[in-house]
Formats: sequence, C-alpha cells, structure tokens
Amino acid sequence: MSNWVTLFEAIEASNKTSDKVKALLAFFEIAEEEDKLWLIAIFTGRKPKKPITATEMRQWSAEAAGVEQWLFEECYSVVGDVSETIALLLQTKSSNQPINYSLSQLMHELIRIGKLPVAEKKEVLQNLWLSLDKGSCFLFNKMMTGGFRIGVSQQLLVQALATHLKVTVPQIAHRIMGNWSPLTHQFQELLLNPNSNADASKPYPFYLAYPLEINPEELGDVTQWQIEYKWDGIRCQLIKRNNQVYLWSRGEELISDNFPDLIAAAMVLPNGTVLDGELMAWEHNAALPFALLQKRITRHKPSKKMIADCPCAILIYDLLECNGIDFRTQELYIRRSKLAELIGNELPLLHLSPTLHLKDWTDVAKARLESRNLRAEGLMLKSAQSPYQSGRKRGDWWKWKVDPYQIDAVLVYAQKGHGRRANFYTDYTFAVWHQQKLVTFTKAYSGLTDKEIEMVDQFVKKNTLEKFGPVRTVKPELVFEIGFEGIQESARHKSGVALRFPRILKWRTDKKVEDANTLDELKRLL
Amino acid sequence: MQEAGLIQLSSKGLYCAEGDFFIDPWYPAGKAIITHGHSDHARIGQSAYLAHPTTCSVMKHRLGEVNTQALNYEQELMINGVGVTLFPAGHIPGSAQVRIRKGKETWVVSGDYKCHADGLSEPYVPVTCNHFISECTFGLPVFHWQPQGEVLASINQWWQQNAVQGLQSVIFAYALGKAQRILNGLDPSIGKIFGHGAVIAMNQTLHAAGVNLAACQAINQASKEDLKGAIIIAPPAASGTPWLNKFEPYRTAFASGWMAMRGSRRWQAADRGFVLSDHADWKELNHAVESSGAENIYLTHGYKAAFAKYLQSKGKRAFELDTLFEGESLNHSSEKELEANV
Ligand SMILES: [Zn+2]
Ligand SMILES: [Zn+2]
Repeated sequence: MSNWVTLFEAIEASNKTSDKVKALLAFFEIAEEEDKLWLIAIFTGRKPKKPITATEMRQWSAEAAGVEQWLFEECYSVVGDVSETIALLLQTKSSNQPINYSLSQLMHELIRIGKLPVAEKKEVLQNLWLSLDKGSCFLFNKMMTGGFRIGVSQQLLVQALATHLKVTVPQIAHRIMGNWSPLTHQFQELLLNPNSNADASKPYPFYLAYPLEINPEELGDVTQWQIEYKWDGIRCQLIKRNNQVYLWSRGEELISDNFPDLIAAAMVLPNGTVLDGELMAWEHNAALPFALLQKRITRHKPSKKMIADCPCAILIYDLLECNGIDFRTQELYIRRSKLAELIGNELPLLHLSPTLHLKDWTDVAKARLESRNLRAEGLMLKSAQSPYQSGRKRGDWWKWKVDPYQIDAVLVYAQKGHGRRANFYTDYTFAVWHQQKLVTFTKAYSGLTDKEIEMVDQFVKKNTLEKFGPVRTVKPELVFEIGFEGIQESARHKSGVALRFPRILKWRTDKKVEDANTLDELKRLL
Repeated sequence: MQEAGLIQLSSKGLYCAEGDFFIDPWYPAGKAIITHGHSDHARIGQSAYLAHPTTCSVMKHRLGEVNTQALNYEQELMINGVGVTLFPAGHIPGSAQVRIRKGKETWVVSGDYKCHADGLSEPYVPVTCNHFISECTFGLPVFHWQPQGEVLASINQWWQQNAVQGLQSVIFAYALGKAQRILNGLDPSIGKIFGHGAVIAMNQTLHAAGVNLAACQAINQASKEDLKGAIIIAPPAASGTPWLNKFEPYRTAFASGWMAMRGSRRWQAADRGFVLSDHADWKELNHAVESSGAENIYLTHGYKAAFAKYLQSKGKRAFELDTLFEGESLNHSSEKELEANV
C-alpha cells in the first residue's frame, strides 16, 4: 500500500487526535518532499482542476463496473457519496495486482487526464480506476471531485508539520497560506526558506473565537474587554501590498474579483496594510440581508447593476500588518487605536466596526439581546490585552451569540435518509398553521437521538397517509422545536419565508398539534 | 404475491392457509414456523412454535416458556397435508430456510441467510423451488464481503495493537450469531477474552444446544488485572453506556455489514468498523436466486425495490414484499439483553 493511503486509512481508523498526529508524523518522516507538498496542498484546498464532469464520472464508472446507470444511482442514494460508490462498485473488478502510485504520481496523472481529449480521457480514467485498490480508488475520486474532508483539520496538519520541521505553529500556518501550488513551489522554499516578498497576497491565519461558555461576570472588569457586534457576514482579510489590493475570505479563497468596488476603495490604504474584518451587505450605515451578500459572493466580475443592487462594505475590526510590519503581537488596544487612526470615519465602504462602551455586564447582556435589531448575531468579547493569535483559541476572544430563533412546528412529510439510515425516515418537512391549515415552511435534519429517530421512523411507517415516490405524507401529530439562524422573505416557498440553517432542537412530546406556531408568528421574526 | 398460492402475505405475516400456520409472524398469530432466533423473526405471542432444535433453545432463552416443537434439518413434516422441511440457511446456528410443498407447488422462505460457511453455523444449502421468498438486506452491488479469515485476522491485529499500547478492546456485535463467530475467530494468545452478560448467557444457551464455542469468561468475574489488554465482546446496545467505564482506557469497534460504508462507520462513532455480516452480499444473493431455480422471487428486508428491478432486468419475475423484518441491525438489540447483566 502507498504511504499516503496508509496515512488516510490510519486517520480514518481512529477518532483520537493523538493517533492522527502520529500518522501524519509517520508520513512526513518517510514521504518524498513532493508528496508532502501535495498532501499539504490537498488539505488546504489546492487541488488540480476537476478533469471531468460529475455526469461523466458517474457514467464512465458505472460502465467500468458493468452496472446499468439506474443501479449506479440506487447505490449512490444509499452510500451517499459518489467517490465511495465508485470504489465499492469497482472492488470486484479491479486488478489483482493494484499499482501503488505515490501521491504526486497520482496527482500528475490527474492533471494529465484533464488535458486529454474526451474520448481518450474516458479510456485512460477507466484503466486507472481498475488499476487501483478500493482504498486508493476512493481517495483518488475524492481528490478528483473536491470536497475532500477526511478527519483532519488544517490546525492538526499545521501542528504535525511544525513538530516535523521544528518550526513554530503560527509560522507554519502563515507559510502555507496564500498563492502557491506544488507545480510552482518546492517544499523547502515554501516551508523552510520563505522569502517574504515572494507572495505579496499572502494572508495571515485568522484568529477565531470560541463560544462563551461561562457567565460573562466571570470575565472580570468590563472595561478590560473590547466589545463589538458579532456580524453575520463573511470573515475576510484585506491586504494592500506593492500597490495591489487582495481580498481573502476565511475559507482561504481569493475573492478580489467579486468585489471590484471594495478593491478600488482600498487603494487609498498605505502599502503594507493587512486588515481583518467582516464582509457585509451594507447600505446607509446598516446591514442588509445575508442573501444579498450571497449573490455577490458567487459572482465573479459583477455588473454595475449587481453592485448597485447588492451594495457591500467591510466592517473592519483589526489591524494585522502596519507599514509592512507584522503587528499581531501588539496588544489589541494598541492595534485598535492604530486602526482608528488609519481608517477614521472617512473611507467609503471600509468602516470601523464600532466598539460598545458599556458600564457593566448587565448592560452588555442587554446589548446582546438588542444586537439582532442591527442584524448582528450577538457580541464579540475581546480582551484588550490580547495579541492576534492563529486558529481557534480559548481565553482571550469569545463570541456571545444570541440564541437562535425557535418555532414549534408539525411533522408533515418524511423521506428516507442515506447510508446506514437508508432504512429510516430521517428527512423531515415541517409545517405551521395558517388559516386552519398546515403550511410547510422548512426541511430540517439531525438533532434527534438514535432512539428518537427510531421512534419517529415507527410513527411514520404506521401513520402514512399517502406516498409520492420516496416521500410519505404523515398524520400531523408530532410537534418539534425547530431552531434557525435567520429568516427572510422568499417567493419560491409556499410559506413565503426561507430559513437559514434550520435544525431540530427538540421533540416536543409535551405539545399537541394545535400548540404549534402560526405562519403569522413566524413572519413576525422577519 | 400470486393469487391463491400456497403462501400468502397476511397482515400478521407470511401465512399458509392449507397448513394453517405462519412463518416468522410479527404479531401474535397462532401456529408459527420460525426460521431463526433473531428478534425480528422469533416474536412473542404465538400459540405454538416449530423450529430447528437450536432455535427452540434460543427462543426459550429469549422469550421464556414457549410451546416449541423441534424439527431437524432435511426431515419432512406433514402439517394438514402440507410438507414442511427445514434446510440450513448459514445465517446463525440453527437458522433455517423453510421449504413448503404440496402437489407441484414448492415454496422456500429463506429467512436470513448467507452462502459462505462461517465455521459456526450449519452451512447454507441451495434448495430448488418454484417460489423463493428471499431476504435482500444487502441487495446492492456495492456490498461485497471479504473472506471471513481476512476480517478475523484484522480484528486480531487491531486487538493486538491495542493490547501493546496498554488499551482494552471492546467489540460490539449482535449477541446471537455475530458474537460467537468473532469469539471462535479470536486468537487467545493475544490476551484474555470476556463477554458481556448478554453474550455469556447466549453462549451458554448455544453451548447447551451443542454448538462448539471457544472459551469466553463473564466480565463480572474479571479483576482490574485480568482486564489488561483483554478483548470484551458486547452487544451494540452497550455502546455509549456507562457500563464501558470500567474498561478505561479502551478502544471500540463494530462488526457489521453496514461497516462497508464510511457513513455508517462514522454514525456509529466507534474507533473501528469491521465489515462482517451474517447476511448474503450481492454476489451471494444472485447466486441463491439462480440456484433456487424459482420462477417467482419475492423479496423481503433491505433494498427490495432495487433488487427486484435488477432481477426483472435479467428476465426474472421478482416482487417486493412489505414485511416488518429489520435486516441486519446495529442498535435494535432488545433492552432485555442489556438487563441480562451489567
Ligand atoms: Zn437474522
Ligand atoms: Zn431478518
């Protein structure tokens, strides 16, 4: 078995962090530098372009496995993952002597396939599939399709690399950010001899807060804390270096092209400036619905009309680099005052995110509840002395979110789940009352215990009113508390509203159908 | 199902009117022939039970004092003019396929089965018939079982690795069948082997019925010292319960056919998943359907619709049956099993 397949299987075989780090270290010890670089690239989302379409992938693999397309789709609906479906279907067809590709060999193969004419692509890919064992076939498919998440956070990878190379964690985290690829960079230059001028766009790792777990009173003197709104936008980093402006999202995606208005506004910043803030749909000093931002984030090179219809701004809360000097070790109150100097109140589209000056924690609690009126999701509490750290850390920064919205709703449709849950009804549609009728308004998953899922499943099987394909209409009887993060008007939904991140909070066995909320009550949350 | 055939699907289960008996009924129904001792097949409340002797013992253990009549494999019993014969199903000890025939009509109810020998259950034999009622818990081509020897070797390897690191190993497996299959495959040179109370009680029942089992000690007799590097076989219902605390530090594993899918491995939140099933995989299902020679195939458990459509595409007459059988279960083990011993 190739060393990288061993690595991924070891990572999968345990859910203990220590085992995973051990497996990563073992890989770093024995792997070639190019393979290590590819591994880092894959973990940080720097994969080669997808060489074929999703449809081609399904059709060609079904053909290679000798199953008809409908049967392939049945299998997929049970397995719930195309890459895995293909690996499982091909396991009986593959060669008895699978080829052990190194990670970089396989990646070069992937790039090569991407450049072939379609007819040849199919043959080469089918042969490649059949030359892999089940484990490498699955991983190869994952790398080909993207969405590659296998049980290791970037933070864990950084830790292992830091140990392996005897470099500090923040240094590694910084070095693996920005614009690079195994095709343009060497392991040594990227990780051990970085030249700071080499990549002017390179962002810093974001510092992330934990949810507040204690009574805020326990944080001590309120004046020692910088209190800000927790905006419901997209975390971003704005960089101006060498007369160029770069905008990064927290997902480490360069999104400059989507926001030419913001890029232009940031040209006035001095070179060697890096700002941390929240990208928001924003106009006349107030937040607009998140949906507008969503439109912009998916649009490269937006039209003037698009920009006018979905105006955006950045609410800036931190200064990471000032005059070309890494400013992250400075204390927050120093960074903040320097930031205020830099931005002031004048710059269009780049606003200083306000801080709240409150006399005690009771007032802070009040401000938190009122934050929703500003479309914020609560407050951020940041120690005035805190340096800007990297990754998610406890202690200095806390997010104190407002509780999500809640509504009691009735289960009206159920559908079977995927994978192990394929025999259970786990996907539910919920309704609220409107003029003596139940109107559906959202789907929601998860949130129930296995035992509850079994009980709901039994209920569904015994109380089916109608079947349309996979969907069953059930007797309206069960009431659930649905939680969600936001709500907005929607013409596409029968109820006229759409929810963000709906989920089941609780099964309200204490409530009767009549006790469920009404559509009017739901709309009041708009 | 065919009009006026020898076997009908009633609201209580599969029913033979001419013989006036049910097969694995899921509600109290009357006289019942039971394919095997799993709880979705052998249910409480029947006036009389007919089954293989091992299954009779298992039912007495699980259901209490029930009225049983034992029938050995391959001996035909006439019931109201209908011939009833049991054939090994290879699923668990005592599991049977039921052949029912009268005149030119022959039916086989497979119960649960697998075609490869596991060294524990009486090996499956193909039975020819006109009408074959087959389970298809794993009726999709994604399911393909590795040879049992390889799976058991990887379980032993996992146990060994844990033991070397000073960890106990807890493996979750259904108390009837799977637990014993694993037990007989464990390498006792690695360490001591213990069983959860439910497993031990089942072992005693099977042992008394003449099933050969490797040694396995009751966990409640284990001292802290005994437990060092040991493996504990427990029913899935014990997973995530405080019962496990006394094994700290430990690693867990599930053994089930569902472990073939990453999604279910994650859902179970065990450290490891071993793909070990007591049901037929895709190849075995097709083999069984083929060797039955049946003109009509009726499907229960699992991916009925897909398997029926597949068989139809191969020119077979295949139908889905709506039954309440559960297939291979990970956490349906009865509460009783847990209570048996903590
Ligand atoms: Zn069974
Ligand atoms: Zn069954």
